Amino acid sequence: MEFTANTTYYQQLQNQIRNCDDKEIIIKELYGQRYIGCATSDKNFKLYGTAGNGLGQYNNGSTIEVFGNCQEAVGDTMNSGEIIIHGNCGDACGYGMRGGKIFIQGDVGYRAGIHMKAYMDKFPVLIVGGKAGSFLGEYLAGGLIAILGNGAQGKMPCSYFCGTGMHGGKIILRCDEKPEGLPEQVLVNEMNEEDRAELTPYIEDYCKYFGGNVKEILSNRFYVLTPNPNSGYNQLYTFE
Amino acid sequence: MNMLYPQFEVIRNPNRCIKCRACEKQCANEVHGYDENLKIMTCDESKCVNCHRCVAICPTRALKIVKTDHTFKENANWTEKAITEIYRQAETGGVLLSSMGNPEQHPIYWDKILINASQVTNPPIDPLREPMETKTFLGKKPGKIERDEKGNLIDNLPPHIELNMPVMFSAMSYGSISYNAHAALAKAARELGICYNTGEGGLHKDFYEYGANTIVQVASGRFGVHTDYLNAGAAIEIKMGQGAKPGIGGHLPAIKVGADISKTRMIPEKTDAISPAPHHDIYSIEDLRQLVYSLKEATNYKKPVMVKIAAVHNVSAIASGVARSGADIICIDGYRGGTGAAPTRIRDSVGIPIELALAAVDQRLRDEGIRDKVSIVVGGSIRNSSDLMKAILLGADACYIATAALLALGCHLCRTCQTGKCNWGIATQREDLVKRLNPEIGAKRLVNLVTAWNHELEEMMGGMGINSIEALRGNRLMLRGIGLTQKELDILGIKHAGE
Ligand code: SF4
Ligand code: SF4
Ligand code: SF4
Repeated sequence: MEFTANTTYYQQLQNQIRNCDDKEIIIKELYGQRYIGCATSDKNFKLYGTAGNGLGQYNNGSTIEVFGNCQEAVGDTMNSGEIIIHGNCGDACGYGMRGGKIFIQGDVGYRAGIHMKAYMDKFPVLIVGGKAGSFLGEYLAGGLIAILGNGAQGKMPCSYFCGTGMHGGKIILRCDEKPEGLPEQVLVNEMNEEDRAELTPYIEDYCKYFGGNVKEILSNRFYVLTPNPNSGYNQLYTFE
Repeated sequence: MNMLYPQFEVIRNPNRCIKCRACEKQCANEVHGYDENLKIMTCDESKCVNCHRCVAICPTRALKIVKTDHTFKENANWTEKAITEIYRQAETGGVLLSSMGNPEQHPIYWDKILINASQVTNPPIDPLREPMETKTFLGKKPGKIERDEKGNLIDNLPPHIELNMPVMFSAMSYGSISYNAHAALAKAARELGICYNTGEGGLHKDFYEYGANTIVQVASGRFGVHTDYLNAGAAIEIKMGQGAKPGIGGHLPAIKVGADISKTRMIPEKTDAISPAPHHDIYSIEDLRQLVYSLKEATNYKKPVMVKIAAVHNVSAIASGVARSGADIICIDGYRGGTGAAPTRIRDSVGIPIELALAAVDQRLRDEGIRDKVSIVVGGSIRNSSDLMKAILLGADACYIATAALLALGCHLCRTCQTGKCNWGIATQREDLVKRLNPEIGAKRLVNLVTAWNHELEEMMGGMGINSIEALRGNRLMLRGIGLTQKELDILGIKHAGE
């Protein structure tokens, strides 16, 4: 079913979608309406325009493809499914995400991938073609974040406080030199074969969605951030 | 050398002790022992936390725990507590950690507030003879009556929580407390027609059947949060803060994340469960609104959304923001609220008393004309039915109780929940200890407690000559202060006794 959003208020638009049994949902002229795909599990969304806050929040299995940019809290607390963004994405993307995949062709804002976590067969993945803002992957508990650094000219493709409080998962950054100034909770190593093998299928997906050459992308230098087992949360307490 | 002298002495009356060794088996802190050679009971009181488990179990009442009379030179400033805390920190370099609510000697305003009763005119009502209504609905009140073209009433009532009495069990996660403790709370909530709260640890699959009496919590760690969970309960609570540790996140150590908790929280076994201090998708009231409405969207506007905040200095301004965020219910947690573990300094010196916070918030929302947009639920040490009554008269719609509920389950307030060795089977995940708490008996005790409070509420209502709890909400004329300054009376919005 095809909808034209234009100036329809998001609650009305969401009602129309809720009342529609079709698996395929196409929305044209999306002007920042919120919560599209929120808590859905079996839909295929194709969105044209700008997706508002909370796109695919609590997503439980739907595929959401956006031909345009997205605002905040995309894939927040997402459980499974896929979000593909042909554009840039705002802040707090993938917060607390437990499973599913988010692919962003362009840049992502502040606080991306904070407190992502993995569980059993659930493994959250956030792949960003461009750069990321500050606080990337803070409190990371599981899953994989990769920032491919298009437009970063080989410099570190994210801003301050990357990986603060990280205690699980992996952040992969494409940059020519070892990233500096990271918090003590992270260990930095150059990408090894194992990491490359782990990353490859997601880069294949990325190229499938947005074009590009898998081999060429992977031939760049990448650094891998993992939690430092000697730091983190083993803060010493003393009892009353 | 050890500068810390044991706080308690374990006194065993040798004339009564029959050396049955029950105390030895029951003490998870391994205080009691038995010397096979000398055939005597031994004890290492340095490990005793004064939880009374051995005392309660001893068949001959041979045991008692007393505070040691070993003293430092008396000093009103450098108290024993102040000194030993320094020793502890000098020894370990660690952050002082404690559990349960603030035990310090701050004023308890409930005890300085008195309730009115009718005499002669406007006579009291006899609750045995006449029906008293303690049923409570939590949620937004619609601003106006709407009718369709034919003049029929349109049902514009937003979703509500219906409670048989204005009490709920507040958030305690599976992880901080045991499976059996949760089972007891859930069963009791169902029988009483009230709600319990999952806390931030997700909902165990066994407890989905209690959904209608469950509040599911969404905290910064988003543990166990998924669509089925959100739709499982009677309401959803966003936890922004907690009275015992405002501004602080949570940390369930990896060692406590066993198989069952791992499934409920939806994180791998034996990993740390860390709740960041803020929700990192909420940095403003606008962001809060976005989360509130995302939850409404996720549940098709069928569940009220609650927002829980800690009582801090500017609580009324924050509550005003929360009321405008679209939340249906605001929960305020005072600084005496309990916790499974919190840094001692935060627990004891951050936040404000719930009595003052409640009065300030209710007044602010009334002044701004938005009191009906939200219900107010308060917690943070409601100890009995008169605290509850006073809270309602100050403006609360209902109260949250947690410490009182745990006491009903056998907690002895030893304040060492953080060790995970609760001898009463409450704040522990050790199987042998959890078994000690029978969920059926626990539920019965909780039902007894809350039912008794409800009777007492009815008696007080009858005394005031008012037969519905709704009519008492915010009726501060029914309250008087005793021994309070004018400033305190002003904040509480009540007169002094005799006025
Ligand atoms: S810790 Fe509890 S059970 Fe053990 S000796 Fe002390 S009071 Fe008794
Ligand atoms: S439980 Fe009582 S009677 Fe039994 S060994 Fe201990 S102190 Fe003695
Ligand atoms: S729950 Fe258990 S450990 Fe915590 S204070 Fe009560 S008795 Fe002590």
